[in-house]
Amino acid sequence: MKPHLKWKALFILVVIVLCIYFLFGYPTFPTSFAQVKDNFKNQIKLGLDLQGGSHLVLQVQVREAIAQETDTTVDRITTMLRSKNVHYDEVRRIDDLHILVKNIDPAQYSTLSDLISAQYNNVWDVSPAAGEPNSYTLTLRPSAIAAIQEQTMTQARETIEQRINALGLTEPTVVPRGGRDANEILVQLPGVGDTAEAKAVIQAGGQLELRLVRDPATYPSVAAYMAQHTVLPAGAELLPACPDNRVRTSDTGDVWYVLDRAPIVTGRDLRTAVENRNARNPGSWQVDFTLSPEAARRFGPFTQQNIGNSMAIVLDHCVKSAPVINGRIDDSGMIEGSFSQQSAHDLALVLRAGALPASIKYLEERTVGPSLGADSIRHGVQASVLSLLVVMIFMLIYYRMSGGNAVLALILNLIILLAVMALFGAVLTLPGIAGVILTIGMGVDSNVLVFERIREEIRNGKSSAAAVDAGFDNAFRTIIDTHVTTVVSAAFLGFFGTGPIRGFAITLVVGLVANIFTAVYVSKTIFQYHLTKMDRQAELSI
Amino acid sequence: MIELFKQPNLDWMGKAKYFYALSGILLLAGWTSILFGRGIKYGIDFSGGANVDVRFANPPNLDKLRSGLSAQGIGNSEIQPIRDIGSSSNSEVLIFVESKGQDENVARAKVLDALNATYGVGSSGKPDFNFATPSSLAAVLTEKDPLFLSVNAGDRYRQLAKAILDYRDTNANGIVTNFDDLGKVPGVTPAVLSVIKSSFSQGPFAIRKTEVVGPKVGAELRKQAVLVTLYALGGMLVYIAFRFEWVYGAAAVLAVFHDVLITLGFFSLLRFEISLTVIAALLTLVGYSMNDTIVIFDRIRENNRLLRREPFDVVVNKSINQTLSRTILTSGLTFLTVLVLFLMGGQVLRAFSFALVVGIIVGTYSSFGIAAPIVVAWNRWRGHGVVAGSGPAAGNKNRGSENVTARLAPAGRR
Repeated sequence: MKPHLKWKALFILVVIVLCIYFLFGYPTFPTSFAQVKDNFKNQIKLGLDLQGGSHLVLQVQVREAIAQETDTTVDRITTMLRSKNVHYDEVRRIDDLHILVKNIDPAQYSTLSDLISAQYNNVWDVSPAAGEPNSYTLTLRPSAIAAIQEQTMTQARETIEQRINALGLTEPTVVPRGGRDANEILVQLPGVGDTAEAKAVIQAGGQLELRLVRDPATYPSVAAYMAQHTVLPAGAELLPACPDNRVRTSDTGDVWYVLDRAPIVTGRDLRTAVENRNARNPGSWQVDFTLSPEAARRFGPFTQQNIGNSMAIVLDHCVKSAPVINGRIDDSGMIEGSFSQQSAHDLALVLRAGALPASIKYLEERTVGPSLGADSIRHGVQASVLSLLVVMIFMLIYYRMSGGNAVLALILNLIILLAVMALFGAVLTLPGIAGVILTIGMGVDSNVLVFERIREEIRNGKSSAAAVDAGFDNAFRTIIDTHVTTVVSAAFLGFFGTGPIRGFAITLVVGLVANIFTAVYVSKTIFQYHLTKMDRQAELSI
Repeated sequence: MIELFKQPNLDWMGKAKYFYALSGILLLAGWTSILFGRGIKYGIDFSGGANVDVRFANPPNLDKLRSGLSAQGIGNSEIQPIRDIGSSSNSEVLIFVESKGQDENVARAKVLDALNATYGVGSSGKPDFNFATPSSLAAVLTEKDPLFLSVNAGDRYRQLAKAILDYRDTNANGIVTNFDDLGKVPGVTPAVLSVIKSSFSQGPFAIRKTEVVGPKVGAELRKQAVLVTLYALGGMLVYIAFRFEWVYGAAAVLAVFHDVLITLGFFSLLRFEISLTVIAALLTLVGYSMNDTIVIFDRIRENNRLLRREPFDVVVNKSINQTLSRTILTSGLTFLTVLVLFLMGGQVLRAFSFALVVGIIVGTYSSFGIAAPIVVAWNRWRGHGVVAGSGPAAGNKNRGSENVTARLAPAGRR
């Protein structure tokens, strides 16, 4: 054997052994066949279409978060202008991105502009409003919009992730999807055939606020309030009681509270939240929460000042309860309502994970039952094995000894393909199996190209050794061209495609690269080894 | 040695007009059906809507199912029986509700309601075994404790529940029609069986798959699929133009475009559904057809240098003839592979493999029937068809715009 052949053979052997070890002998070295099977199952991850599970695509309504920011700014500017005794007609939101400050006293304009540049320097742009004297339009900057969008998406993804993880499912994934402006999140729940619970937990609001009650009285409707007071005091808001609020009985019907617009404490200030049995009513449950130290420093003095007033616990824009503040409270509180253990548990979970920064919409939902997945695996594997067998038998008959070479190259190709997919943690999907089958086809093609070329060279009168060399050299050019072309198209599929298209592309690219290695490098090495062993004049079995 | 062809010597380019005619007929037939007939049938990925795949224990009465759906106000939904080739049972149906302004999630809920109302388990109040999940079954077993376990009971029952449901899903196709069958699962004792019998009922159907796709997603996916295909074609055009000459790239891309159009025509004629997976198949066929074309082009490039005195169409004929046995062998074997997939791959892969079955035949044919004749026609039109030394290198030298010979030579010498 020539020395360089030895090195080639060694290299090939190392690659094969590594691949086989990685597929079957990792992470625990197997001592029984069952362990080999377990290792293989661990390494080759199946997609949702094969193992069954749910696939949800949801879109975060980022626009809401932007509108929210605009609303908050309107409130803040109003408060500040008032505190500085600036005269103006009104401050109102024009649309999600614009605020109008109408007819401000010209002498006091500098107060407004100072305020904006001090507090909202890179967020809002001020310009004179068209057609209105002494009025100004504030416009949300594109950079600020992008920042809100990014923050909202990150927060939404983290929140959903925490909520889903708390369900205790196996290997759920929550990842952003689509382009920057798609605002989409993909949630995959392997093995979950019914998405009702997951969707309920994802969708739950969980926006908690503690707000001061302005008016000890409550009102049966907004109209009733307006009839008595004609106008809502500045910075106040009317909110209804939640359906399970104790004050709402069948004969009182709707109950509305007058509350401060600005919360003292929000869900973000929570340190923990847990469900507990209600002390007064052991049959029902409540959620106890504690505040972060920073929030507690605010909350303590605030409750001290407001002893005797009521504090509303607002969850998702309705009042859960409005207990009277009996003394200074530093860092703990509770949410009462008609909770079962489950609903209290879910609320505590949602509070711990934090509120979603904006509501979500479901764009896509796919659920594959385990029986269909099992069917697909069976069909896919059967078809792959059968077609592989047919191809191999044909190659052995048609090319005799050289056919054995091709069969070996095909098997190696599959082993390398699976090992590389396992290495990168790629997931085997149904279209992925199709990609494997196409890889088999391309592998056969490479072998056929080489062998036909060698036959041609032999027909043209070359010796066996020269024919093998020329055959591989000439066919190599073609193989590179065909493979690169397919890889180019597969790369586009991988980058721009989603779901099944991407799975297919990944398998195909890996298979093609493995194929160049096996059908050219390995196959040629075997031929060369064979040639050194055989008689120079003997005929090649091809 | 076994050989398919001994030195074939066919005049392929002389038959180019027949090839054009054949392609013309196929394109006309398919696209008449697409444009003026029933058109392309889009699957849920592209049309949006709700899909529910149900397997019944016994072949369902479709009229009864239809009236059940009508009672929920979705009588216009499509009911498609799913049949496996090789098995005569037709107890699986796909119910498809198009999203026409209604919420797809609501549509799906309505389908499930209709199924429950039509085939419901009745008033026994027991949960349906076919809908049991590993955790719900384990909970029941742990509570009833038929094996009188005290230590680790939860773990043992969880494993047992998983084994039982694995049996249901893999061996019984998702539907258990006789609880006694579960006795075959290792670990299931008569006591376990009687607990299952007393706590569960046997529903007559199981949901195999549900899909809900919003209409906006559908439109987006459709746009994306078209774009991705065009990008892929563009990428290949550039690569071939770089390796050969631009007319080769154009001819190859035209040929695969022709393949995709014809395959789409067959989809419309035979009412197969276009889904995302089918797009993957169309792209496979693009790659495959391109592969075939490049093998022939490669040979033309090589022969063009060796046979400088021959007219270009003779060179092309010779190249096709020389690669003919490879073409037939590879196509034949690949065709066999996808045929196996088509026959045995199950319903999920049916449309996918159909695209490949058609595509491989058309793709192989287009390499010599469309791509090569276009290059020959181009050369003839340029007036180099009959002059010695024609072909890619010479053709480009005359244009003088770029030096292709320099690029071709190193590749050829390898």
